[in-house]
Amino acid sequence: MHYVVLGAGPSGVVAAETLRKADPTGTITLVSGENEPPYSRMAIPYVLTGKIGEAGTHLRKGEDHYAARGIDVRVNARATALMPDHKRIDFADGSHMKYDRLLVATGARPVRPPIPGLNLKGVHHCWTLEDTRNIIALAEPGTHVVLMGAGFIGCIVLEALAARGVQLTVVEMGDRMVPRMMNPIAGTMIRRWCEAKGIRVLTNTKIKALQNVAAEKSRGIFGFLKRREPTEARDTLDVELDSGEMLSAHLVVVSAGVAPNVDFLANSGVKVDRGIMVDRYMRTSVNDVFAAGDVAQGYDFSTKAHDVHAIQPTASEHGRIAAMNMAGHNIQYNGSLQMNVLDTVGLISSSFGLWAGVDGGDSVEIVDDANYKYLNLQFADDVLVGGTAIGVTQHVGVMRGLIQTGTKLGPWKERLKADPHRLMEAYIARTHLT
Amino acid sequence: MQRSLNIDPGKCTGCRQCEMACSYENEGVFNPSKSRIKVFTFDAEARFVPYTCTQCAEAWCMQACPVDAIKVNLATGAKEVHADLCVGCKVCTIACPFGTINYNASSGKVMKCDLCEGDPACAKACPTQAITFVDSNWTGLDKMRAWAAKTDTGARAN
Repeated sequence: MHYVVLGAGPSGVVAAETLRKADPTGTITLVSGENEPPYSRMAIPYVLTGKIGEAGTHLRKGEDHYAARGIDVRVNARATALMPDHKRIDFADGSHMKYDRLLVATGARPVRPPIPGLNLKGVHHCWTLEDTRNIIALAEPGTHVVLMGAGFIGCIVLEALAARGVQLTVVEMGDRMVPRMMNPIAGTMIRRWCEAKGIRVLTNTKIKALQNVAAEKSRGIFGFLKRREPTEARDTLDVELDSGEMLSAHLVVVSAGVAPNVDFLANSGVKVDRGIMVDRYMRTSVNDVFAAGDVAQGYDFSTKAHDVHAIQPTASEHGRIAAMNMAGHNIQYNGSLQMNVLDTVGLISSSFGLWAGVDGGDSVEIVDDANYKYLNLQFADDVLVGGTAIGVTQHVGVMRGLIQTGTKLGPWKERLKADPHRLMEAYIARTHLT
Repeated sequence: MQRSLNIDPGKCTGCRQCEMACSYENEGVFNPSKSRIKVFTFDAEARFVPYTCTQCAEAWCMQACPVDAIKVNLATGAKEVHADLCVGCKVCTIACPFGTINYNASSGKVMKCDLCEGDPACAKACPTQAITFVDSNWTGLDKMRAWAAKTDTGARAN
């Protein structure tokens, strides 16, 4: 049995390891589209801040980790086509590979919006280790950096750029920061914090175009009138906003969303919606082809629907379940829960499940603007279904626990509505004292 | 023989010596906010419940770690945070459904119970044997395990 795992992120690595445990004799090939050892994108911000070196991002630390498990790692191999009838994958370098069972764990890639000038020198995504090297070379202390996008990934990049001591302006076209993780009150609190830390945050603002400084200078005095800050010698880019303002930048980082890596599946018969459609056994619409991680649209137990979560815990759970089923077990996935945790220049926030609430539900909210603290709990009957926290870091995981187990809060619901900070007590009382 | 922390809330008097001992053993300070075991107080019922990581088999924190910084100590069975590898991303703190791995802002990393390498300071400090360190096969631990299993994302093969 030859198992091929396409994609060497967390989902692919967990899957390859699980396959080995479940099938000691099968052949396992783990394929990476990049020329790096399997690494974690999530760790990239910490390379930018200098907290770790590149090796610190590697998903497994031992030199012989994969070889010792009989997992053959192939790097720099980008899939270009899947032919299920021949059980064959074609790669960009012209080579191909046969499989008996295939896991597609190819993840996502950053989107480059159709804005003139995004192909210029000094414009980078923050997605790969290669991007990281480019950003480190440009993001020197004091330089003007423009970050496009203040979504979840944008905010993680923001934290890292701020730590490098750059003069940072964030341009977000939505009405608030992290709109898909935080409600308006919470998103606004994060924004105020970032602004107090010296970051300029522009919401409801779009970048219209980028050009080289030399081209902009040829416009003469009018180009300079639109500037809030004078240009620096190091600035090589002009960033034109839809407000009419012109920003000078040494580096522009684009964080405008991601798209699943599914192009190679065209004409393969594998059904794709927002991601690859998988059933609760992580099977795609094509025999012997499974999908997992950020590329997969998997079951979400909180919404009872299928969605792309693009988070590490879901990726590793997908990888484990898919691998068990590839190896011949019959394990149904109970589903995942959307959740995120974010650190924006020292302010820590998290959100879980249906944080925006449900129809006919109930909620409690505590807003402490002066101390940058926020807590919001969402209930359906007496069961927690979602939550948001800012400035609260202890025991936040119980929000997942309570949501996932559907624990009935009983009298504790009213106690939580009076003081939502008693969440951990509610959890212990309802799970350990009953 | 592997051993586990067994907590009997009925014997806890709320003295919090376990918190002090944990904080001192692991962080070098007497500061309950740095303790990995916490005593929760239920005034209405006049009850105290010491609570910490059960070293659950699911190991949500370990599975969620993007940089392999949480590993099983094969001698004690504890899931341990390797501070030299932890980047402080906090994903484990939202992944653990028990809320027992937490961010420590002063170190910029997460912390959790590691069973003090097989000699837990909390159990030694407890004057009433509300916290004991017992054979993992002892049946009284089943209730805690049963709860942990309830949270699993997919049935296990074995």
